[in-house]
Amino acid sequence: MPTVSVKRDLLFEALGQKYTDEEFDELCFEFGLELDEITSEKEILSREQGDEKAEGASDVVLYKIDVPANRYDLLCLEGLVRGLQVFKEKLEAPRYKRVSPADGGEPQRLVITEETASVRPHAVAAVLRNITFTQERYESFIELQEKLHQNICRKRTLVAIGTHDLDTISGPFTYTAKPPGDIRFKPLNQSKEYTAAELISHYKTDSHLRHYLHIIENEPLYPIIYDNNGIVLSMPPVINAKNYSMLLNMRNGFCVCLQAKITLDMIVTMFSEYCDEPFTVEEAEVVYPDGRLCVYPELAYRTETLSGDFINKRVGINESAESIAQLLTRMCLRSEVSGEGDLIQVEIPPTRADVIHACDIMEDAAIAYGFNNIIRSTPRTYTVANQLPLNKLTELLRQDLTAAGFTEALTFALCSQEDIADKLRKNIVETRAVHISNPKTAEFQVVRTCLLPGLLKTLAANRKMPLPLKLFEISDVVLKDETKDVGARNNRRLCAVYYNKSPGFEVIHGLLDRVMQLLDVKPGRNQGYHIQAAEDSTFFPGRCAEIFSCGKSIGHLGVLHPDVISRSELTMPCSAIDMDIEPFL
Amino acid sequence: GAAGATGFGSMADTGLLESLLRLLEKVDGGTDSQDVAADLGVDHQVIVGAVKSLQALGEVISTEQKSSKHWELTGEGREIAEQGSHEARVFNAIPDEGLPQNGLMKMPSGKVGFSKAMSNKWIRLDKAHEGGPRVFKTVETIEDTVRDKLQLVQKGQSAKLEDKEKTELKKRKLLSEVTVKSYWITKGSSFSTTITKQETELTPEMIASGSWKEKKFKPYNFEAMGVAPDCGHLHPLMKVRTQFRQIFLEMGFTEMPTNNFIESSFWNFDSLFLQINPQQHPARDQHDTFFISDPALAHEFPQDYLERVKQVHSEGGYGSQGYKYDWKIEEAQKNLLRTHTTAVSARMLYKLAQQEKFTPVKYFSIDRVFRNETLDATHLAEFHQIEGVVADYGLTLGNLMGVLHQFFTKLGITKLRFKPAYNPYTEPSMEVFSYHEGLKKWVEVGNSGVFRPEMLLPMGLPEGVSVIAWGLSLERPTMIKYGINNIRELVGHKVNLQMVYDSPICRLDS
Repeated sequence: MPTVSVKRDLLFEALGQKYTDEEFDELCFEFGLELDEITSEKEILSREQGDEKAEGASDVVLYKIDVPANRYDLLCLEGLVRGLQVFKEKLEAPRYKRVSPADGGEPQRLVITEETASVRPHAVAAVLRNITFTQERYESFIELQEKLHQNICRKRTLVAIGTHDLDTISGPFTYTAKPPGDIRFKPLNQSKEYTAAELISHYKTDSHLRHYLHIIENEPLYPIIYDNNGIVLSMPPVINAKNYSMLLNMRNGFCVCLQAKITLDMIVTMFSEYCDEPFTVEEAEVVYPDGRLCVYPELAYRTETLSGDFINKRVGINESAESIAQLLTRMCLRSEVSGEGDLIQVEIPPTRADVIHACDIMEDAAIAYGFNNIIRSTPRTYTVANQLPLNKLTELLRQDLTAAGFTEALTFALCSQEDIADKLRKNIVETRAVHISNPKTAEFQVVRTCLLPGLLKTLAANRKMPLPLKLFEISDVVLKDETKDVGARNNRRLCAVYYNKSPGFEVIHGLLDRVMQLLDVKPGRNQGYHIQAAEDSTFFPGRCAEIFSCGKSIGHLGVLHPDVISRSELTMPCSAIDMDIEPFL
Repeated sequence: GAAGATGFGSMADTGLLESLLRLLEKVDGGTDSQDVAADLGVDHQVIVGAVKSLQALGEVISTEQKSSKHWELTGEGREIAEQGSHEARVFNAIPDEGLPQNGLMKMPSGKVGFSKAMSNKWIRLDKAHEGGPRVFKTVETIEDTVRDKLQLVQKGQSAKLEDKEKTELKKRKLLSEVTVKSYWITKGSSFSTTITKQETELTPEMIASGSWKEKKFKPYNFEAMGVAPDCGHLHPLMKVRTQFRQIFLEMGFTEMPTNNFIESSFWNFDSLFLQINPQQHPARDQHDTFFISDPALAHEFPQDYLERVKQVHSEGGYGSQGYKYDWKIEEAQKNLLRTHTTAVSARMLYKLAQQEKFTPVKYFSIDRVFRNETLDATHLAEFHQIEGVVADYGLTLGNLMGVLHQFFTKLGITKLRFKPAYNPYTEPSMEVFSYHEGLKKWVEVGNSGVFRPEMLLPMGLPEGVSVIAWGLSLERPTMIKYGINNIRELVGHKVNLQMVYDSPICRLDS
């Protein structure tokens, strides 16, 4: 969830009203935002770098507001204020308009060459004409770009934004791709020229930009934007050129976005507020390699028609179509009753790319109505409950295992290869284990194939407890299984250990007898259960038996091999049982 | 335990007890155990033992603990009281014709005694004596005052000595001042000078013979703890799981089969209308998901349904704009450790949609989910997700709130409010907050929403059917319930078994 940081006083000034922290928190809650933190630059600095560094930093109150991940229109002060003012019916949602250049001038043009095919063959552009920035507006503008880069642009891998001072460059512009050795320019915040190849190595140590290098680093051609005089505007998605970036005091901005129209729409709708003619954006033409010419920004409005009944029935309220239209209008979805029955025409503005279905509109109606004003009612859905037989059996067995004196452990399903193989004297290949491709540490290499490692670790962590230790767990392990759609299946197993100065095989054997008694399986070779001497590398030779029920092997019990004991950092003898309980369903 | 009665050693012998009682009978207002010791001529500790034995008999005596300072001989002091001071011993060892100094020095008291006797002027040293230095008596008799003083203390008459004298003897390490804990003993409500032997426990023989009627029984000490029963213990998290299961069952919810940790991206993400391009939902992020290298891919999908899912993602449909991107089966096939149990809900709803006629359902599950995220005091790579789902015609957002109200009431939480939120597969989505009386603020207790039509309609569920759902973690309410701050103290092999042994039963509503 993105967090937007705004200056409280600036926010209240823009909202035309002062709130207490509690009042503003309430407003956020109602609107679906969260006032996450009240702080200041000084407080943040002092927390992160100590009081000394914070000396002299601003103590202007900052509100950190959590914004839903799909609401790109609320990622800056301008958008937040607009959204809240419309919600509070203090402002009508503005209409965003694309306009042609004044005095019949030619629109700015961006030509995309076919070399870009290997990198990012799409770009869109627009012009913010006669814009007036202040320090605060400029900071907000830069921050919005950064927020969009981090969120919708997915750390610039999907979209890259460049904004330039149009008065220092001249179109038409060319978006092309060149070998990194052939690109030379003076980047933002640097005093000398670099080739693209030099820049990549230069930025390797830049705490911010190094995260974006991988996007183009290994490409034979790098994307690059030139103006008509061969001046480099930017090398997206890494850096803009010096001198031509948007500055605080510039008046005309040229915005280029690689890939996404939504991002461009978002930037220009938010900041066209500061143009001499607010909420207008001057068009730009983009010529694609195939000769296609498109005009941007799209600023497309879309109309959806739905019935008041639909909203009422889905939300559980009973409002007239007119009042629903009013509710939606408060959410920046300008709505009108169409006159046909209870149909409502809802206009989706370019700022609300998150609205893709009638259910999104329904939600906005519910938010404007107030979630907490909706009457809570019990659905009349009549159903009879059923337990999952496997879980029912598990619940019943757990109870009786504790009655038999064993204590329940709860261990992790993920573990290291060593846990299920080397430590148990098994070969990893024979375990049928499911392997994880991206574990951050060895603890998450595989899904456990038996419960024993978890119980042994629990013993090791509790060596100081009085002996004997008697533990059990009934839980799932995962084994590869070709017959399943995903190629693996869970298996519910029962595992128990007895840890004491003597191995206590008879205790574990007695537990098996008790479990079988509980499962109503009698001792016996054919229809009953029996155990039979077996060899298993985890157990001490001659001290291991295989468990058979109705002629089918269901597990093992025995005294653990001394190597298993010491590899588990244990010192005492230990006996264990590990069995499948699924045959008893 | 209570049956262990006094918890002290064997009972003092009856004779001593009766002597003590007879002594007590004679005094009015009680007596000090130290005086008793002096009177009976036994060590004070023996009397203390006797007092404890008498206490165990009930109200025979009543006692009050006292502490007093008291002078006592040290080991060396006792030796001197018995054998005389070192200087006296030296003096007495010297015959009239004197003794060679080196011989005298070999005596046990030689060194100290020699210098003290010299300074007392009891003896003299003739250094020039032929055959080496020789020691002679200078007086006929001596008075061994040190011994006399120590003997006074030994008789309990230290009060007869002046403070200066006591300090002097303390300096010589012959006396020490000790604090003595004693009892002030008075007659009890059932005082008697004779002791009836008390039985510790009722025996089968007593029951058979009826002799219990005449016997007195040693009282139990009800202050002591009992003996812990020899039993196993359920894990607290599992106890809470049992309660949540119970609540769902009471509400008529059927348990879903969640025993499939390995899931395909298709069911974990795509079926829920979560985008393959990791744009919105954190769970879809590569970094938060454990992907599987072996078996890497799922190989079986319901083909028709898969086509419809592909279409709604890439082109839209069912009234939706879709996400308009190139949906790839290669992504959907990737196996992973499920990031939520909603993958199972999707499978169940798909299965429901394949029924000839739709029937309303209420489903629940509580099982493990996996997130490859940064670990801290409240986050582990695996945790239990609790999930509830209701599918029926015409369910409203108000119904969802109603069900949540009933569910949380069963957890003892009645004050709820709802905040609009974002979740890629539910619309509307609501975060559930409850008022925390302790913290005096609203805290988030769960997430909920109505599944998107883009998820339900491709499954084949009828148009008018709504599916409402909610979820929360099992660990968080358990940590609150059992007052645990670090999740590692609750889950995994590092838990302290003592915590498991000691954890109370779980009733969520009290």
